[in-house]
Amino acid sequence: MEVNKLPDSTSNFTKANCFNKWLIGGPPFLFLLIFFAAPSLIMFFTSFRFPGEFGGLAPISPAMDGSSAEYGLTLETYEFLFSDILYAEIFLKTFAIAAVTTLICLIMAYPLALLIARSQKRFRNLMIMLVILPFASNFLIRIYAWMIILGPESVLSHFVNAILGVFGFAPVTLLFSTFAVLIGMVYVHLPFMILPLYTNLEKHDPVLLDAAQDLGANRWQRFWLITWPQSLPGVFAGAALVFIPVLGMFAVPDILGGTGDILIGNLIKDQFLGTRDWPFGSTLSIILTLLVLLIAWLATWLARPSVRQNS
Amino acid sequence: MSRNNIALWAMAGLVYSFLYIPLIIVVVYSFNDSKLNAEWVGFTFSWYRTLFHNEEMLTAARNSLFIAISASFLATTLGTMAGLAIHRCKLKVLPMLAFTPVAMPEILLGVSLLLFFLQVLNMTLGLFSIIIAHTIFCIGFVTIIVRARLQGMDESIFEAARDLGATPWQTFHQITLPLIKPAVIAGALMSFTLSIDDFVITFFTKGVGEPILPIQIYTMIKVAVTPEVNAISTLLMLLTLILIIIANKFDTRMLPGDSEK
Repeated sequence: MEVNKLPDSTSNFTKANCFNKWLIGGPPFLFLLIFFAAPSLIMFFTSFRFPGEFGGLAPISPAMDGSSAEYGLTLETYEFLFSDILYAEIFLKTFAIAAVTTLICLIMAYPLALLIARSQKRFRNLMIMLVILPFASNFLIRIYAWMIILGPESVLSHFVNAILGVFGFAPVTLLFSTFAVLIGMVYVHLPFMILPLYTNLEKHDPVLLDAAQDLGANRWQRFWLITWPQSLPGVFAGAALVFIPVLGMFAVPDILGGTGDILIGNLIKDQFLGTRDWPFGSTLSIILTLLVLLIAWLATWLARPSVRQNS
Repeated sequence: MSRNNIALWAMAGLVYSFLYIPLIIVVVYSFNDSKLNAEWVGFTFSWYRTLFHNEEMLTAARNSLFIAISASFLATTLGTMAGLAIHRCKLKVLPMLAFTPVAMPEILLGVSLLLFFLQVLNMTLGLFSIIIAHTIFCIGFVTIIVRARLQGMDESIFEAARDLGATPWQTFHQITLPLIKPAVIAGALMSFTLSIDDFVITFFTKGVGEPILPIQIYTMIKVAVTPEVNAISTLLMLLTLILIIIANKFDTRMLPGDSEK
């Protein structure tokens, strides 16, 4: 009887407080509908239009002065995107950069997340705070820092080139290269990997490790058979949180990359602020949105079986 | 076992250095008496002095401050409402609308707003369009923080208030609001930091003629790097640090209530 009472009173409570659902939920709903949902739909619609003669968009209806300007809706931008191998290459390069960034982030984040999760409770918050702190500083400043470190006159550049010189290699420039882009990407996104990993690892029951040790499992076996499989949901969550923003990033290649380092983000930026081909820019953005949804779905799907295994 | 720990600590130390050394370098060079970010010549405040005489930079700082205050006010109000509504009413569409802008690449929000402002609203881009854009992605963060606070609370308090004859407004004003206040303040401070630091969305929704801090920094980095960039960076880092310490104070005050459960 006691058990039955509880949900009943809760639902009454919910109902009583929900009469003003539109009063408190309405304003944010409307705001987001107008300034987030509507613009996204507009972008989708724009991807099927013709570009205007001087940038922007061509009219939807035929021009009144009888000019032969294109109008109406079209799939042209999509055909254009899939017909030119150049765009396929840019998409592939972006994916490669995103994959390598995710992998490096995982390798760097895992030991740290594990250490924090296994530290004494009173140190954990401080250690996590120390991870978040640099991440809270301005995004451009964090990229700019690497311009200094990798610059031609920097200590690191001199050091690397001195070593290369000893072995008879030609000197290299670190800045304005794919290498610099990768470092920048890792630096900007690393906390996105550390935090979900830590959240997962912190929940692990140490009893399992003790049991494995008692049964004769060595350090590596304990890690690969117990900790790693249990941490997979955290790994996939972190991977998605790194992979997705890297796909749309334009500032890192813009500042640290060379002329060849053009990613999807740079391509989109150029369509809107450079060549002003809005329909093509919208098409690229729609494709990027689809890719993001696909990866988010994939990450959730991959994380699921191991969640079941644990419970 | 201990060898294992030493290896872990060593790797963790490397990662922490990787996180902090670049920022320390930026700060150190802001006091360097040389135009190049290379050799240490001597200590100086001259880059800060140049900065404070840079009229455009001061306007940019004022503009950014105005945008951050407006956007965080709007986002905190709307985000708190959304958090309450989502927690109370088991809504489906509102969480999607509030959380998606947080999760997707910023560039998508930037270009869709650019299209919307220019094509549909036919308006001139400027401070107003930036405030709207910042509000959109800050709402989600405030909603998350407020909802987390509500989830950690004992629902019977509200029931008690109702049983004692409080109207919904009285319950909200005297019970709910004081209880979620730490979360609201933390959300406001977070929105402020996010807004003043945002580059990508600002880049797409900015107009011509109104200097904005991150855009000024971007231009300086792209065109002519001087240690003035280091000086403004150091000041911005200091501001963020102070805000985080304040926000954290409010955030930890949330914890005792949660652990009682």
